[in-house]
Amino acid sequence: MKLKVSTLTSLVVSALFATSVAAETELTVYTAVEAEDLARYAATFNETHPDITINWVRDSTGIITAKLLAERDNPQADVVWGLAATSLLLLKAEGMLEAYAPTGVEKLDAKFVDGDNPPAWVGMDAWVASICYNTVEAEKIGLTPPTSWQDLTDPQYAGHLIMPNPNSSGTGFLDVSSWLQIFGDKEGWEYMDALHNNIARYTHSGSKPCKLAAAGEIPIGISFAFRGAKSKAAGAPLEIIVPSEGVGWDMEATAIVAGTANLEAAQKLVDFTVTLGANEMYNTGYAVVAYPGVAKPVEHFPAGLLDKMIDNDFEFAANNRASILAEWQSRYDGKSDPK
Amino acid sequence: MSSETTDLTQLPPGPVIKRKLSRDDIVMRGGMVVIALYLVVTLAFPLYAMLSKSFSTYHFELSNYEMQVSDQEGVFDGTVLNPADLNTSTGTYSDADFSTGSDGRLPVAKLFPDFSFRSPVMYQIRNALPGGRFLVGSTLHDTSDWVEMDSNTFRRVQLRPVKSTGMDNFVNYFSTPALSNSIKNSLIIAVISTVITVTLAFWFAYALNRSCMRFKGMFRLIAMAPILVPSLLPGIALVYLFGNQGMLKELLFGASIYGPIGIVIGSVFFTFPHAFLIISTALAISDARLYEAAVSLRASPWRTFWTVTIPSARYGLISAGFVVFNLVITDFGLPKVIGGQFNMLAVDIYKQVIGQQNFEMGAVVSVVLIIPAIFAFALDRYVQSKQVATLSSRSVPFQPSPDAKMDRIFLIYSSLVGLFIIGILAVCQFAALIKFWPYDLSLSLNNYQFDKMDGGGWGSYYNSIKLGLLTAVIGTSVIFFGAYLVEKSNGFRLGRSLFQMIAMLPMAIPGMVLGLAYIFFFNNPANPLNWIYGTMAILVISAVTHFYTVSHLTAVTALKQMDREFESVSASLKQPTLKLFSRVTVPVCLPAVLDISIYLFVNAMTTVSAVVFLYSPKTSLASIAVLNMDDAGDIAPAAAMGMMIFYTNAAARILHLIASKGILRRTQAWRAR
Repeated sequence: MKLKVSTLTSLVVSALFATSVAAETELTVYTAVEAEDLARYAATFNETHPDITINWVRDSTGIITAKLLAERDNPQADVVWGLAATSLLLLKAEGMLEAYAPTGVEKLDAKFVDGDNPPAWVGMDAWVASICYNTVEAEKIGLTPPTSWQDLTDPQYAGHLIMPNPNSSGTGFLDVSSWLQIFGDKEGWEYMDALHNNIARYTHSGSKPCKLAAAGEIPIGISFAFRGAKSKAAGAPLEIIVPSEGVGWDMEATAIVAGTANLEAAQKLVDFTVTLGANEMYNTGYAVVAYPGVAKPVEHFPAGLLDKMIDNDFEFAANNRASILAEWQSRYDGKSDPK
Repeated sequence: MSSETTDLTQLPPGPVIKRKLSRDDIVMRGGMVVIALYLVVTLAFPLYAMLSKSFSTYHFELSNYEMQVSDQEGVFDGTVLNPADLNTSTGTYSDADFSTGSDGRLPVAKLFPDFSFRSPVMYQIRNALPGGRFLVGSTLHDTSDWVEMDSNTFRRVQLRPVKSTGMDNFVNYFSTPALSNSIKNSLIIAVISTVITVTLAFWFAYALNRSCMRFKGMFRLIAMAPILVPSLLPGIALVYLFGNQGMLKELLFGASIYGPIGIVIGSVFFTFPHAFLIISTALAISDARLYEAAVSLRASPWRTFWTVTIPSARYGLISAGFVVFNLVITDFGLPKVIGGQFNMLAVDIYKQVIGQQNFEMGAVVSVVLIIPAIFAFALDRYVQSKQVATLSSRSVPFQPSPDAKMDRIFLIYSSLVGLFIIGILAVCQFAALIKFWPYDLSLSLNNYQFDKMDGGGWGSYYNSIKLGLLTAVIGTSVIFFGAYLVEKSNGFRLGRSLFQMIAMLPMAIPGMVLGLAYIFFFNNPANPLNWIYGTMAILVISAVTHFYTVSHLTAVTALKQMDREFESVSASLKQPTLKLFSRVTVPVCLPAVLDISIYLFVNAMTTVSAVVFLYSPKTSLASIAVLNMDDAGDIAPAAAMGMMIFYTNAAARILHLIASKGILRRTQAWRAR
């Protein structure tokens, strides 16, 4: 009798324990993906892995990167899912990423996967710089639409241009590093000198210029195409312009944080992030995804954007980041106080 | 013989009377030490961690590495080169190039003037000393093994800096005009805002205290409204009023609201109630006999104003000036929203930490920001200590007499100020309800769908309420008990005055600085308190500490009104002090206790600067959501969330009022004669 009870108890306890283990694998996932997409990402993942709960830690690219670097000696995150590759390269350079080749990684476009074997990070999708052009407001002041980056230095746009500050926005840095790659070092800075004369102000976030253009607060905002397509779909009188010289881009990528206590669950999550299903999921918001042949056209996305993506050198961007930002700050920051 | 007996100096010394420490004394001193320890751990240690961070520098140490270069066939002859010697002979890098941030990188191929990435020469590099680090591309090498590579790979080798201490960060800061200009900007804005706010608040308080105009109660309520919203809310209203699509943008005659103009207008809005409260208190106390004397001496009203009114209110004016100055110079939310390219110190901290991940430089700017803040604070304390009672027992309270013309002027003036305050709030509420400004002006509740915005959703709103309540309950208990111990315990003079000093400190420390200091202190893995990082607890601690001083002063003032006889009586009745505390002191001081808790609640709801570095997604807050939604360009939802904070705080105020009335009737009946 006594034995029976204890067996029963132990059965119940072990059953409880088992379910609690299965249901309570919690992964802390740091991300810079837009908030409205997060619930969908987690739900799709949980269709196949109901036993792993994702606790999102979401913030802008800069803040998440700062957080991860600050936690260098005491990582809080298990996985980074959806952070700029340039940021992940900084983390990799600190030895903070756990290299892992997810199942099926070979099916991805090679430029979306870290060069090392096993890779430290794998790409998901790309976001691409673009110009958001408010046709209503531009017409009011009689602007002609620009077609290239060089056009933006034209005096007619003076004071009608907003771009993100590269010192606080990943999108801003992507623009600057792409101009330095497109025009070369010397001409790139000369171009920004000319552009600076036309800029009304620099914002702290990358999506704000496009939202400000959508709201008519400024006619032209240098931002990214995805944001423009969304605002356009919301009814804003926007034209999304792809400059003819080519556009900078960065990718969102995934990596496991070294030292995670939940390595197995983290690997399951990263395995999922490279699957066909996951890439189809990214495609809702991103026209360019890592899995070849998945991308379907996204509504309002500018045509021909893919051909204009420059051959981006992420290593250049990551290794020269500190010096580029210092140079940018000394040239433009604080010198443009409104008179 | 007689000389011996009369020599008083020869008397034997009496017994040394040593007060015996009762158990009560021990309990009270123990309590005081615990609370003082709390303040040291949550204030002094983090500030020390931040200060040492500002002196922590990074530089490239070339002598930490060794290299080998092969001949054209790729054969190494075993000669080991030291990069430091190479640099001395080639002069590639100057000493200034070696000073860098934690993220610095130094390409090593430049040390070879004839380097070509196409040449067949092979290279080897290794860390000669433990702790050295270099990158090949972005792969970290921190062992002392030789790494061999071709010339094309060698150009991707980047040295990483080593940590040391020194003044380099400060030198860097002051030699970068983009950074150090902010000092001037911040000071100018703070001075201009202070002059405007104190002037406006003075006349407003004057109208309320010294005239017979109507609707005084209503104006008093309106004047306090800005205290209920985050400081960045007026910035959002100003975008809608004076932005490029603004309703009143013509009023600016082409000037941009994004910059000093916007910061000053917004600062006046959010600092107005603070200045008004202080000046109003100063003006409320006045001696009618002085005015009678002025009249009998045939002084003109103008002369009376300058010789009687202003001098008697001067301490209030000076104090209000310092408070406003401090609020403006340390505020972060407003210049972030409306400052455009106009750099201010507090925003620089944010940009350095969040934008560039340059924590060392963030610490440097923090140290720079603390200086004017502490200076203003110390001056204010000094002036306050000079204050003597202007009101004696023989004073006759001043009663304003009706003056139709003046009363009308004051009513118009107060209405204009009231309109400004109400207008800012109304614009925010209006903006929150518009579907898509300025293209679709239909009303909708879309902007309240916070869960779809980048900010933290409705969860952040509930978190804020939780933080407010926790801060109010825990903060009030700790602060009031601390004030009681320091005010009513016996002896232990040194400890008590030390405690008073520590309790004054939080007021001088800007919220941003405290938050950054908490990152350095609590996120350190070696810290046993590390676990509170990223939890609600750290937010509560930072809020309690940040708002400690004002609450402490309120408590001390209330406790000073209670005679120390109570303690003597309870001691002679052999009652433990703690019983006296809970049965007598707390009930008698209940009005002050309630004031402290509502003060803590409202401030915890509205603060941005004290929590912006400390929240985690699970503990995202409404005020942070306002900031982040504005940052992402979702300005209308940001306004909507800001107004939610306003309504919550207003409701809390009303509840506080009702509760006070009810409780006061029960516990304060003895005050009525």
